[in-house]
Amino acid sequence: MAAVKTRRTLAKAGVVTGLVLGGLFAGLPVLWMLSTSLKRNGEVFQSPPQLITEGFSFDAYREILGNGTQLRFFLNSYIVAFAVTILTLLVAVLAGYAFSRFRFPFQKTINAAIISVQAVPPITLVIPYFGLIVALGLYDTYAGLILTHMVFTLPYAIIMITAYLNTLPRELDESVKIDGGTGWTALWRILVPVSVPGLVAVGVYTFMISWNEYLFALTLTRTDDMRTVPIGIQLLMGQHSYEWNQMMAMSILGSVPVLVLFLLFQRRFVGGLTAGAVKT
Amino acid sequence: MTLTAPRASTRAAPAAPGRPRSTLARRLVPYGYLSPTVLLIVVLMVVPIVMVVGYSFRDNVIVQENSVFAGFANYTKVLTDPDFLAALRNTAVFISVSTVAHLVLGLTFAMMLNTQLLSGVTKAIFRIVYILPWLFTIAVIAVIWRLLFDPSGVVNYVLQTVGLVQQGVNWFGDPATALWAVTFVNIWSGYPFFMISLLAGLQGIPADLYEAAAVDGTNWWQRFRHVTLPQLRPVIISMAVLDLIWTSHQFALIWMTTGGGPLNSTEMLSTFTYKQAFSEYEFATASAAAVIVLLLTMVLAFFYVRSQRER
Repeated sequence: MAAVKTRRTLAKAGVVTGLVLGGLFAGLPVLWMLSTSLKRNGEVFQSPPQLITEGFSFDAYREILGNGTQLRFFLNSYIVAFAVTILTLLVAVLAGYAFSRFRFPFQKTINAAIISVQAVPPITLVIPYFGLIVALGLYDTYAGLILTHMVFTLPYAIIMITAYLNTLPRELDESVKIDGGTGWTALWRILVPVSVPGLVAVGVYTFMISWNEYLFALTLTRTDDMRTVPIGIQLLMGQHSYEWNQMMAMSILGSVPVLVLFLLFQRRFVGGLTAGAVKT
Repeated sequence: MTLTAPRASTRAAPAAPGRPRSTLARRLVPYGYLSPTVLLIVVLMVVPIVMVVGYSFRDNVIVQENSVFAGFANYTKVLTDPDFLAALRNTAVFISVSTVAHLVLGLTFAMMLNTQLLSGVTKAIFRIVYILPWLFTIAVIAVIWRLLFDPSGVVNYVLQTVGLVQQGVNWFGDPATALWAVTFVNIWSGYPFFMISLLAGLQGIPADLYEAAAVDGTNWWQRFRHVTLPQLRPVIISMAVLDLIWTSHQFALIWMTTGGGPLNSTEMLSTFTYKQAFSEYEFATASAAAVIVLLLTMVLAFFYVRSQRER
């Protein structure tokens, strides 16, 4: 009995050690970012390094939040990411409904095409987009960013929403139809409200993709009025001769929306994400 | 606009009870629901791909109005360019090392997080910490690691203190280390996605499989080898292919840490193509490179779709 207990304790110690080491690998860089954002710039590379320094202050955050240009980057990112999320959900719900509730010619082909779209390299598209978006008069506009982001959020959203709708019994829509309703009312009155947990997961993921997008934002916008947060962070690297504390403060402020969304919807999100990725 | 089609056709039904509604209209209903998706994919995916393929066979596109047909000249130029070949080699190293490391770390962490030895709360806290790197945008990850990998940064301080290096190494700035530095950062930022999927996979393995194995007197390694791995195989295969594809798309991380340098040592297919187009304004050769990248990705995508079908 004692031997079994010792083995168990040893195993537990091993797992805890492993978890702590892995946790340091994952978490220390993030902690260092936080710590640097609260230093004076002169203290960033002091030796030996300290987590909390004498110059501890929120000045770097004040600088960023007091700067109209930086705030505009945040506003732009919020506008684009929210628009992308809402439009993606809307379009994907319609497509998911078609895939889940109908059998029609070319269904498999269209489905395979949508899966393949995920694999198209953004770098391949960015060259023709440059010409196309200029020709459509969408260069340096929100609409240009929103539409191009949707190309990459939509396939995943459709796959996940189709999978979610497939789990809902068909009796749900039939009951609406018996009462004289149409497929359209069944979708919006019954299926969409029931699917809210799945839609939240898809929405969070969509928001993240759009908030993080870099290549199209870099290429298809030109003015500070349209630049998004990732580009803003890069610009900060160029212009300020390395104000590291401000760069870290901006990075943290730029990460807050995704962190908050993730913590709020963690359970649903992780479940929905894996449901989509693992069993499409 | 596109939304009116299904509404009109389905509304017709209750108006004519007892009479079968037009079968043509009914057949068109699913296409009505799909029309916004199809429209978007045609305009922003099919048309651009046709355009870029067209550009790749012409000379002086975009910058000059009268471009001429150039046959395979752009492809020959790209495929014989030593910079492109270096980019191809670097990309191969970058994506294969990243994917293997993502798999190993993701599986190790998932198994530790799936342990029966710790309480749910402890595991939940660790899980959040482990997912952290994945929640930051690449721009943020790039600045964090530029700070950490600075010659006088904290990584060099630690390595100097324990005596592993004599003086601060410029990890992103030295041709000998730059490729490994960007690969390391990519590993750090990308393993959580693997981990989440594998954790779900582990939790889906029926407990009686392990109980049966335990009755047979197997040890930990045998259970891992003959129960865990075979059960996770489908997840592992599709995640690995997906990861190869996504990692090969990586542009922002390279662009914001090394820019492809120093001396092409971290040049990737994506940064090479971008530079051809937006630094050199050689849109024709850039398009040829972009098409080659697309073809390489399509090979990977073919395997992905097949691995999805098998399940």
